[in-house]
Amino acid sequence: MAETAVKEKEPLFQFGKKERQLLSDPLNDNNPITVQVLGICSALAVTSLVYPSFVMAIAVIFVTGFSSLFTSMLRSYIPKQVRMIVQLVIIASLVTVVELTLKYLNYPIYKQLSVYIGLIITNCIVMGRLEAFAMANKPWRSFLDGIGNGLGYGAILIIVGIIREIFGKGSLFAGSPIELKIIGPTADYFINTTDSAMFGWYANNNLMVLPAAAMFIIGILIWIQRSYNTKLVDVS
Amino acid sequence: MEFLNTFIKAAFIENLVLAYFLGMCSYLAVSKSVNTAFGLGLAVIFVLGITMPINWVISEYLLSESGLFGVDLTFLRFILFIAVIASMVQLVEMVVEKFSPALYAALGIFLPLITVNCAILGGSLFMVSREYTFSNSIAFGLGGGFGWFLAIIAIAAIREKIRYSNVPPALRGLGMAFILTGLMGIAFMSLMGIDPASYASN
Repeated sequence: MAETAVKEKEPLFQFGKKERQLLSDPLNDNNPITVQVLGICSALAVTSLVYPSFVMAIAVIFVTGFSSLFTSMLRSYIPKQVRMIVQLVIIASLVTVVELTLKYLNYPIYKQLSVYIGLIITNCIVMGRLEAFAMANKPWRSFLDGIGNGLGYGAILIIVGIIREIFGKGSLFAGSPIELKIIGPTADYFINTTDSAMFGWYANNNLMVLPAAAMFIIGILIWIQRSYNTKLVDVS
Repeated sequence: MEFLNTFIKAAFIENLVLAYFLGMCSYLAVSKSVNTAFGLGLAVIFVLGITMPINWVISEYLLSESGLFGVDLTFLRFILFIAVIASMVQLVEMVVEKFSPALYAALGIFLPLITVNCAILGGSLFMVSREYTFSNSIAFGLGGGFGWFLAIIAIAAIREKIRYSNVPPALRGLGMAFILTGLMGIAFMSLMGIDPASYASN
């Protein structure tokens, strides 16, 4: 982040070109997963189904946004030597809020995610943004930066989830109210492979359920993204 | 003997990176050269080896119902574990800055990010859920750290070699590292299910 804090007086909640860029940059040019390489662990672990990835994405957006906001508010009071502990306490309390809220709202998905909700604390993307942006910028900008990075993270999570769920389970949004069954051998599927000659060849691909598949998919996503966005290509 | 078993299991069979995919962030970002990977790997072994027994003592004597306060305080586990880890990492950061400024500059933001290395917190949580004894928790910490060290050295060495291969430009670097890790993960899956204890008894 070459951007430095703006010196002159400005309104508290401005939303101009720079602010929009803070939100849109992480979606492509500065994506937390494919460019900054932060927050891979949970991307691998929760994305075997779309619905948990979606809930995870929302939880991460909440935590990145508000932890950036609070850290930025406190940034001039935090001594440099203990900054990590202060940041982690902020993150850990926000994660506790998310965990308890999710437990109240949707218990099955909470049980499915429980470990990984806890591991948002150690999701590098939250801490990485605090160190790289929120410690040097004003609260409103830091909040937008946090939200933007959460969105960029969530986008990748959901893309990987969609690919893995369709090929690994033949369904979409399994476990959610709008569950869709795309292809597969069960009778109530969208395309029943036992009737449809076109999809008769399809059997669930078990490789897609393994975490290794997420690595391949993210690798291929990076390949696609860098083919279009050639300024990201690693020259070294 | 049990110490050795836990160590081997944590290092090879249940490798934190390749079997559980924990600690990927720094694993991918700092594996460009073997030298920096070596430094970071040593730092991770040190932090895991120290935090694991400390967290064991905390969860056994402070947080459990039979502990010092006589109240079930397990909901504080995350915050206390992460506080221990953060202070240990800060300690390592100071030591590295003092004795090896070159390594300190090379590791950059990833030294403070050891704190948020999922392998460290994940290791402590595994240690609690598997109900290890004190000596086992030391073995698990050192073994897990050693496994992480091996994995990052392996990928760094592969990435140093692959720099001279004809990889498509868009896949160069990060993209290739992801695919390589996926392949290494599949390879390491063949070690799952081996039980060192059964060999020891024979």
